[in-house]
This record gives sequence, C-alpha cells and structure tokens, in this order.
Amino acid sequence: MKLLKGKWASITVPLLSVALGLLVGGVIMLVSGYNPIVAYAALFNGIFSNTYVIGETIRQMTPLILSGLAVAFAFRTGLFNIGVEGQLLVGWLASVYVGLQFEGLSPIVHIPLAIIAAALAGAIWAFVPGFLKAKYQVHEVITTIMMNYVALHVVNAIIRTYLLAPGERTDQINASASLQSPFLESITDFSRLHYGFVVAIIGAIIMWFLLWKTTTGYELRSVGFNKYASEYAGINVQRNIVLSMVISGAFAGAAGAMEGLGTYGYMTVMADFTGVGFDGIAVALLGANGALGVVLASALFGGLKIGALNMQSVAQVPTQLVEIVIAMIIFFVASSYLIHWISNRVSKRGKI
Amino acid sequence: MEYVIEMRNIRKEFPGIVANDNITLQLRKGEIHALLGENGAGKSTLMNVLFGLYQPEKGEIHVRGKKVNITDPNVANELGIGMVHQHFMLVEKFTVTENIILGNEPTAKGQVDVKKAAKDVEAISKQYGLSVDPNAKIEDISVGMQQRVEILKTLYRGADILIFDEPTAVLTPQEIKELITIMKKLISEGKSIILITHKLKEIMEVSDRCTVIRRGVGIGTVNVAETNQDELASMMVGREVNFSIQKTPSNPSNETLEISSLVVEDARKVPVVNGMNLSVRSGEIVGIAGVDGNGQSELIEAITGLRKAKSGSIKLNGKDVTNWKPRRVTESGIGHIPQDRHKHGLVLDFSIGENMVLQTYYKRPFSRNGILNFSSIMDKAKSLIKEYDVRTPSEMTPARALSGGNQQKAIIAREIDRSPNLLIAAQPTRGLDVGAIEFIHAKLVEERDKGKAVLLISFELEEIMNVSDRIAVIYEGKIVAIVRPEETTEQELGLLMAGAKRKKAGETT
Ligand SMILES: Nc1ncnc2c1ncn2[C@@H]1O[C@H](COP(=O)(O)OP(=O)(O)OP(=O)(O)O)[C@@H](O)[C@H]1O
Ligand SMILES: [Mg+2]
Repeated sequence: MKLLKGKWASITVPLLSVALGLLVGGVIMLVSGYNPIVAYAALFNGIFSNTYVIGETIRQMTPLILSGLAVAFAFRTGLFNIGVEGQLLVGWLASVYVGLQFEGLSPIVHIPLAIIAAALAGAIWAFVPGFLKAKYQVHEVITTIMMNYVALHVVNAIIRTYLLAPGERTDQINASASLQSPFLESITDFSRLHYGFVVAIIGAIIMWFLLWKTTTGYELRSVGFNKYASEYAGINVQRNIVLSMVISGAFAGAAGAMEGLGTYGYMTVMADFTGVGFDGIAVALLGANGALGVVLASALFGGLKIGALNMQSVAQVPTQLVEIVIAMIIFFVASSYLIHWISNRVSKRGKI
Repeated sequence: MEYVIEMRNIRKEFPGIVANDNITLQLRKGEIHALLGENGAGKSTLMNVLFGLYQPEKGEIHVRGKKVNITDPNVANELGIGMVHQHFMLVEKFTVTENIILGNEPTAKGQVDVKKAAKDVEAISKQYGLSVDPNAKIEDISVGMQQRVEILKTLYRGADILIFDEPTAVLTPQEIKELITIMKKLISEGKSIILITHKLKEIMEVSDRCTVIRRGVGIGTVNVAETNQDELASMMVGREVNFSIQKTPSNPSNETLEISSLVVEDARKVPVVNGMNLSVRSGEIVGIAGVDGNGQSELIEAITGLRKAKSGSIKLNGKDVTNWKPRRVTESGIGHIPQDRHKHGLVLDFSIGENMVLQTYYKRPFSRNGILNFSSIMDKAKSLIKEYDVRTPSEMTPARALSGGNQQKAIIAREIDRSPNLLIAAQPTRGLDVGAIEFIHAKLVEERDKGKAVLLISFELEEIMNVSDRIAVIYEGKIVAIVRPEETTEQELGLLMAGAKRKKAGETT
C-alpha cells in the first residue's frame, strides 16, 4: 500500500495495473476455453519476434504518442480534452491537403509545412471549446465531444466535394511531403514504419520542455492546480485555458499528420472515428500525464495491438481479447488513482 | 489517576523530518487539555495519529486504560474520539442536518429517516447549547455556525473525547466567546477535550492543563493554574518572548494610498463597500478594525484588482489604479498577504520554491526569455526560508506538506521580500505561534521605517492596537472613525465597530 501512495506511485501503479490486466485477461481466456500461456507467448512473439512486427509496433505508437500528449497536456491545466479525435481528423485532412499541393517542393520545406498545417488545424478546432470554456464557462467535455462529430462530417464533406479520387479517398500526396521511407521499410522487412516516430519523440520533448522549463508552463500548471491563486499572481486564467486547449489541439492535429503523411499518404472518407484520439485518453492516464510516461504507455498499447494479430493467427484468440486487457489495465489504473485520491483526501483532512 | 487517553512515546516521521519524537500526552476525564507548540512543532501530526489518519512509527495509545490500535478514523469514532479539523469537511450543498447524519444515517424501511434525524439533531443541539439552523444549507451559514455543525457531527457519532485543531483561528472575537462557552458546557456534560491553539490567553482562560512540544519533542505538561503566559511562551519557544513591540513613533510623509468615494459590490450585487474614503501615508501602518463582513475583503480585492470597483477611485502614489488588472497593480508596487492562504496565497501542489516566486517568476533572474531558471528560483527560496524561519525539509517540498503556520510564513516572506510601496496584510498572523507573530510584527514595523505604507486588516483588536500607527474603524462599508491607538481603548473600538458615534477623543455614544 505504501508503494502505491508515495512518490513511486506513478511507476508502481501502472506496472501493477498492467500485471493485473494481463492476469484478468488470462482468466477470461481460461474461462472461454483458450490456453493463456500459448496465447500470451504468441502475443509476445507478435511484438518482438522479428523486425517486421517491431516496425509495425513503432508505427502504431507514433500517432498514439501525440494523441496521448494532447490529452495529457490539457489535463495538466485541469482540462479534459475529449476532442482529440476530432482535432486529429482535421489535422489529418490539413496535412493531406498541403501534401497534395506544391509539387516539386523540397521535402525539408514541404514536410514541416504539412505538419504545421495539421497542428494549426487541430489547434483551431480545439480553440473553439477553449474559448467557450474561458468566456462562457461551457464545460469542455461537452463541447469537445460535439466537435468530434462536427469534425467527422465536415472532413468527409470536404473530401467528397473537393478532393475525391476513386475509392472514396483523396489522391496520394506528393512524395516531397511524405514521411514514408524505403530505407526504414527495408530494414524492418517491409513494415509501414515511417519517419513519423521522430516527430512524435520531438513532440514529447516539446511537451516536457514547455511544461517544466518555461514560464508558460509554470502558468499553465498553476492555473491547473489553483485558479484563484493564479489570478492573485496576475496570471490570465482565461488566456491560459484557451492556450492549453490550443496547444493540446496542435499535438492532436500533428497525430493526424502521422496518418496522413506517414502510414497512409492519403485520407479516406471516414465511416467512423479512428479511435486513436480516444486511445490517447487511456495512454495519458496510464502514462500519468507525463511526457515519458505517454511514450512508454504508447509502446505498450501499440505493442499489444500489433501482438494481438499474431495471437489471433497462432492461438486463435480473438483480437478483442487484447481490447479487454487494455480496458482492464485502464480500469485498474483508474481505480488505483481513485484509491490514491481518496486516501489523499482523508490525510489532507488533518492538515490545516 | 485514570486517563481517558494516554499517548506514550509517540514517534512519527515524514520524509526528511521527524514530526513527533517520543511525545507523551495524557488526557484526564473531564478536562480541557491544551496542546501548545510552535508552527511545525508537530501538534496536528500528533492529533492525526490519535484520530487514526497517520500510523506512528513507535509508541502506544491507551484509551480508557486499554491499549488500542487506531488504524483509521472509523476506529477512532468507535472509541468515542471525534475531531474538529480546522478546515471543515462539510458538503456545501447539503443542509445542516444532512451533513450531521452523513455516513451515519438513521434508516427506516431502507430509507433515510429524515424525521428521526431532525429530531436527534435538535435534541443534541439543545443539550449542548449549540444553536444551528437544521434546514439551512452549509453555503449560506457563517463560519462560526459551520464549526458548530462540525462539533455536532462528532457528538452525533457519540464522541466523548473531542479534539479541536486551532478552532479559534478562523473565528471572530464574538464567535470565540461562544465557542468557549460551548466547550465549558461540553465538559460539564462529561466530555474531555484536547485543544490546539496559539493564543495563550485562551489557554489561560479555558484549559486545566497544557502540554508543550517543541520541534517534535515533548517539553512537559503543566497545570495552567500554576503558570502564566510568559512561562508558557518561553517553554514553547525556548527563550523569552516579547509581547509588546518595540517601535518608535511613526514618521509619515506623502500619501501612498488614497481611496475616495469607493463603492464595491459583492457577489450578490450588494454595495458592501459604500462610499469609502481612506488614505495611507508612506511610513505609517494603518490598521482597519471592524467586525467581519463590513466590507474588508471586498476593499482589499478592489485595491488588488481581484474585484471590480463600481465607482470611486483608488490612487497609488498619485496614480489612478482603479480597476487595473492584478499584475499591473502588483507591478505598480502593491504587495498582498491574502486572507485565505489556501485559496489565494499558495499553489499547494507547487513546491515551496515555486511558490516563493509566484509574483516574480516571469522576471529576471528567475526566468529569461520565457525560460525558467530553477537554480536562481531555488536560491531565492532557500534564502527566504532561512530569513523567515520557514520550517520545511527543503525548498523542493510541496507547499501542501508544510504545517499551516509555516505555509503562512512562506507567503509573508514572499510578499515582504519584494518590499512593495504599499503592503496589504490581511490577517497576517492567523495561525502563527507567538514567536512568529513577534517576528512578523517587527517586519511590518521595519517596512514602515523604510518609508513604506502598510495597511493591516485584522479581527484581533490586540494586534490592531499594538501594531498600527492609526486605526481606521470600518462599519457597513465606510470608515466611520480614525483614532490613534494611544488615545483609545479596546472597549471604545468595540463600540465604534458596532456603529456607535465618536464625539471627542475618548467619548462614544
Ligand atoms: N503529510 C506530510 N508530509 C510531509 N511532512 C509533513 C506532513 N504533515 C506534516 N509534515 C511536517 O511535519 C512537521 C509538523 O507538522 P504539523 O502540521 O504537525 O505542525 P503543527 O504543530 O500543527 O504546526 P502549525 O501550528 O503551523 O499548524 C512539519 O515540519 C511539517 O512540514
Ligand atoms: Mg497544525
């Protein structure tokens, strides 16, 4: 119990939750007539056995990291950005749009330009709920969820009206804007690994630096912890709420660019949400809203998702089981935070 | 002698600090036992151990002669131990009755028996003379009544050993009188009380015995009838304490703060500051005396930019600063020790170092081009911690882990260190021990002697009388009298605060 409360809590809680999640998954497999040892061995092999799956895992991680950073960043300022999914979609479209233009531009200019466009689109999309929250106290959970649906339909409408190519999708972006890399593909046995993971790692470093090393981060954290004291200290609370959402949206938009410029190189008309934005919530939670934590949590979730494919083909265990394991991990993390929170409340009582 | 509580050789450690080291405390049945010690001495910690919130590393607890293991507050409840924390644990949106029965609801056919609950609550409140309005919502009642609700909560759960952690720090003088009556009534009904307070007068007035701790170590227990305030103070601090402050007559010069016809509305749009005129000169301390709720808080908030003034003007060194933003006000030379340290004064989850630069983090040397310079922030924090004797394991410790009084000292250090032209000190010594109070008062006088203006707001007349050069009496949002401390008495001030008129010096009607 001590370990779950002290300064190690942000490490011990996730580790224990992962172990418990796998355990519960194993029990469920036993009950439904699968052999958990075989299944987990297959899962493990599916993540590490060869360069192909390693490449795929890293590819899967890339947008997860950025969407996790988006959720975590907003959370540090006391905001729940549930709209990462929508911000990711508009970011994806913006990156593809820029990727389709400027034929013949140097990649050194074109790629950053497309990523910036995506970040900007995500930022604008997140600005709306941020503004409504700061100005009219409209709760951001409601508005960001609504903005997700608006994003889905607006993006589809734009593709259908202006960018449609055969196959319910846009054209392939210009090579100069692409993050895809024949070199990375060749060393990973032709996985879809692309340079996006470099962008994601840079994103994590930016988040860490911004939050902990700059006056802006000081203000954002201060507003997240105590609005009244921030106001007393002359910090503009409203401005920081909007800023936090905008930066969060920029991370989300960049996550979209990873799909648009990296994995796919185009955008399809979306029948449904990608889920990456929602997974970001889980990643941020497991990663304790820290930059390094988010990267590690993304690695775990990315790995589990890729490993699940092998688990299905070798041990015939449906991939949904991994979804259950992930859900259990989140459940345990969340409930341990609950326990932590309660015990904190109780011991706070005694303090004056 | 039979003890209802016996805590023997208690030791409790926190990272980097031993909060309780071999402390023994014995509570007799039917006594009020005071617990005295400097800020951070370990009083709250010891009581949290007794209430089951902390587990001691060493030591034994005996309740009514039996050795017990108090693992959590429920166990304490079952043993008849109740605690009134300084920060109340009430649900704002619930009524008084609902709060009292919460967690212990009487049920009938699986439903909460509201009628029985109301009856029970009424019976207890009659028995102990704790008047409350059982149907009022917590958010609508005064701090004094909220405290009575907390007391009722413990009594409803059958407590006959009550712990009060600094109950009087948040009360007005009138409410303190009422509380003292209540405590005496509780004793006459057979309860036993442990009382934490920094006010020696209160200890002398109500308690039978007093246990003193210093820096986590038990110094001893004395019979209050056989001691006096000076002895208690020196036992606690380990040296003689000076109760009256040494200061020379003030030497005021130009007007630093000039308030004219100021009107400020509260949240319900009532003009609680209503046509106020007030001036504070550099080189003087002006004390505002008044009963809580006469516009003091709104006045401070208007000056510091936290609340909009409806009309009138506020001038600082001749410049109109009315309705400026807080940052601009601060930069134009105003420092502010806020009344509520947890709400406005500190970001509790920041380290004490980060809190020390709350007003200056964006300036050199603490940051440069938007990049924080942690080594200079922590250097600053270290020197302030040393100068103001803030007891903390380190400058990296979160503000939340400091004792209440040391949190207050940190805020005072931050605000005085900037040496502002006008220092607004709202209840600056609330929750401080006598040694710390002496030090802070000396600091205020030192600022004055440097030619700064000081505006002191306090509900304690003694503090107002001792520290101020001029006293402005506030009543219903106006300054109704300006008096010099040497030309008035606490009695006269009391009358003025209640709205009486003053004709000549020393005469009130
Ligand atoms: N939860 C905690 N974690 C770490 N240190 C703590 C914690 N609670 C208290 N301390 C430390 O233990 C010491 C004693 O604190 P305590 O709150 O008991 O003091 P106190 O006597 O009640 O002081 P005050 O009069 O200022 O309220 C202090 O140095 C404080 O910093
Ligand atoms: Mg205390």
